[in-house]
Amino acid sequence: MATYHKFLGVEGLGKTFFTEKESKIVLEGVTFELPFRDSLALVGPSGCGKTTLILAIAGLLKSTEGSIFFEDKTVTGPNRKIALVLQEYGLFPWKTVAANITLGAKLQRINVSDKKIDAIKKELDIEGLDHLYPTQLSGGQRQRVALARALLLNPLLLLLDEPFAAIDTVTREKLQNELLAAFIQRQFSFIVVTHSIEEAVFLGQRIIVLSNGRPSVKAIIDNPNMGHMDYRNQPAFFELTTELRKILEETP
Amino acid sequence: MRGRQAITYAVTIVLIYAFWYLLSLIMGSNILPDPFHVFLRGFKEIATSSFWLHVQASILRIFAGLFFAFILAVPAGLVLGSNQKLDRLFSPLIYLGYPIPKIVLMPIVFVLFGIGDIGKIVLLTMIIFFQLLITTRDSARKISTEIIYSLKSLGATRLDFYIHVVWPVSLPGIFTSLRIGTGTAVAVLFFIESIATNRGLGFYIIDSWGRADYATMFVGIIALSLIGIVLYEIFDLLERKFCKWKNQ
Ligand SMILES: Nc1ncnc2c1ncn2[C@@H]1O[C@H](COP(=O)(O)OP(=O)(O)OP(=O)(O)O)[C@@H](O)[C@H]1O
Ligand SMILES: [Mg+2]
Repeated sequence: MATYHKFLGVEGLGKTFFTEKESKIVLEGVTFELPFRDSLALVGPSGCGKTTLILAIAGLLKSTEGSIFFEDKTVTGPNRKIALVLQEYGLFPWKTVAANITLGAKLQRINVSDKKIDAIKKELDIEGLDHLYPTQLSGGQRQRVALARALLLNPLLLLLDEPFAAIDTVTREKLQNELLAAFIQRQFSFIVVTHSIEEAVFLGQRIIVLSNGRPSVKAIIDNPNMGHMDYRNQPAFFELTTELRKILEETP
Repeated sequence: MRGRQAITYAVTIVLIYAFWYLLSLIMGSNILPDPFHVFLRGFKEIATSSFWLHVQASILRIFAGLFFAFILAVPAGLVLGSNQKLDRLFSPLIYLGYPIPKIVLMPIVFVLFGIGDIGKIVLLTMIIFFQLLITTRDSARKISTEIIYSLKSLGATRLDFYIHVVWPVSLPGIFTSLRIGTGTAVAVLFFIESIATNRGLGFYIIDSWGRADYATMFVGIIALSLIGIVLYEIFDLLERKFCKWKNQ
């Protein structure tokens, strides 16, 4: 396995949006590292720049300050080892489930065996949906398909922007379990943006609280007990959710 | 053809037939020949090769018009709709050009391209072109940034973006405007075939009209209408086939 000086490093990252009338500072002085096979949850009030940060890491948005390193190289554009799952519109409505799942592989001209595709469908419980269109799926199924598409590419870094936001609690926890299971079995790091305190504590080995204040990072919390399916029932889980809730309540 | 639509067509045909028959009784069959008479004439006409030459000429013109409009307007619309800078550059031109009834440009077109098939096809192309350009551009404009991010993160190139996003997103609109475009095209076809040619259904209709041969005139009208209907149905069918995701 490759070792990196820095798998993912974000250093003094700043983003200012310039519109016709004004300039708007969205991120300032964001610095953190994410080792390989670690996970990170990103929380913070609406509009504090979580999506902006995710897009910058994905190489889809240029930062105005600081830099991002992935595998010791500066991120300048999309990278095949970085996969992105968005809350909505991640799937292409005009493509069937089967075509959606294999689209990434097709675009990157990677040959993926049917066996591997079937295994992923089975793993994420989306068998038998191949010829349906995304609009014919439930929200949970849709996000499973999006996850399958991302995982099929064997990314080293998976970026998820509120992936389970529009999904009922029970399904949502199932999906969190599936993501955790995939994370344990496979070899990748992930960053998940969420508005759910429980989701952040369940999925993030570390939790970064972003704020609208300056600098943008309000707190970085370690979560050493994360990584067990029954974590939700443990006292440590309650303690950390309580702590995180308190921090968020104080975050502008 | 889909069952319900077939029934609609059948009912419509029966109603038109009945209405037509009544009207011909009222007006007298030398002005409005009764439908049965027209059908008999129709059978006689389709046995002649000259009838088919007229049909062929009309179909050729309309197909050529649709074809050239398609290969010019669709790529242009896709590019404009997904490229803000170009869109801003060209939109005043389109804004001005769209509302001009292209048919009034007929004399200019005929001067430039001749009064023959080329001039006629250029005119047809122009008329379908704008409609198609605008629908294509507008549907391409609706693509959300999320979709673009998703695709880019999957490693897509600019070409992939057109193939996998812009084209499929715009396709339903393209078919709709092709369907609307055919209606206009058939009307224009009739008009331009009524002058300076001796081929085409437009000529055929006007010619029989001039000879007060109303039965033959109606055969021509029906034939021209059929071309319009068939084209409409073809685009409808293609849309159903290629835009399944829209109809779910
Ligand atoms: N392209 C853009 N141009 C100008 N401003 C933008 C642009 N994209 C985002 N912003 C602004 O940047 C700020 C942060 O947006 P961002 O989407 O990153 O927030 P977020 O933390 O993801 O919020 P949410 O939790 O609601 O998803 C917002 O105030 C938004 O209006
Ligand atoms: Mg967001």
